[in-house]
Amino acid sequence: MKKPAEIYAILKEKFGEEKVEIKEDAKVAPWMVVAPDAIREITKFLRDDDDLDFDYLMCLSGVHYQKDNTLGVTYHINSTRKKHSLILKCIVSEDNPHVPSIESVWKTADWHEREAYDMVGIMFDGHPDLRRILCPDDWEGYPLRKDYKVQEYYRGMKVPY
Amino acid sequence: MGLLDKKFENSNIIITSLDNLFNWARLSSLWYMQFGLACCAIEMMATAASHYDFDRFGIIPRATPRQADVMIVAGTVTIKMGPRIKRLYEQMAEPRYVISMGSCATCGGPYWEHGYHVLKGVDRVVPVDVYVPGCPPRPEALLEGFLKLHEKIRSESLAKKKTA
Repeated sequence: MKKPAEIYAILKEKFGEEKVEIKEDAKVAPWMVVAPDAIREITKFLRDDDDLDFDYLMCLSGVHYQKDNTLGVTYHINSTRKKHSLILKCIVSEDNPHVPSIESVWKTADWHEREAYDMVGIMFDGHPDLRRILCPDDWEGYPLRKDYKVQEYYRGMKVPY
Repeated sequence: MGLLDKKFENSNIIITSLDNLFNWARLSSLWYMQFGLACCAIEMMATAASHYDFDRFGIIPRATPRQADVMIVAGTVTIKMGPRIKRLYEQMAEPRYVISMGSCATCGGPYWEHGYHVLKGVDRVVPVDVYVPGCPPRPEALLEGFLKLHEKIRSESLAKKKTA
């Protein structure tokens, strides 16, 4: 069992300080900001390393930080054997919301990434099947963005009350 | 019912109007299409189960629109589901009726303001004959809805077009 600070020390040594940064004073649990271009390598390392052994992606969520004009992806991962867990975040700009897909690391990410794409519009590069998962295929906009305005009509059906 | 009242001395002869006969036949065997979409479906199932027993009114669940006379839209209609409901309604043989069960199907229910994904009333896609209020309605309320539909069918006539 390792604490987030210990895991951070390992990651910092392997990938460098510019790729990963820790927020220790977070209210609920410490979390790390990972550079989007390194997320796939880092998650793969976290999964495969014998001491870390993160075999379980608990949750992957898309977030819209409207004040900063950014979008984020939050990864909650856990090791069922080593009994430790970790929170990773990727922050990207609203204008160019591209994050590499980690579907190849944990299969769970497949539908979670589709949901994050559907709801807040994050593009997961390298995802094998990035379609909307909840809304209809021809839906306009991303409903969980804070500035979302619902469309007036969908296929002739009035949408607002 | 009015059907068995007008008989002659000979007990094998019954005289009634064609309207009466048709309406009596229709309202006495309302086979409904199961359209359970949310928690209202649980109440619909409870109504069909032995305690409330839909079957005593000749109301039997069917799993296909081709065999159904009435569609109970029981639950939240999402916008994605809207076109599918419309297609299923179109596949039902006439005369066909729709019961909108519960607040969600009637007007969007608790999703009326912020539910971008919820159709605010199934009457935006198919014509509704009876609205049953409640969240979800108790089985008695759904039964009452069927009795209201009986009233409506009883007043229909071959000469008049169906209004809904």
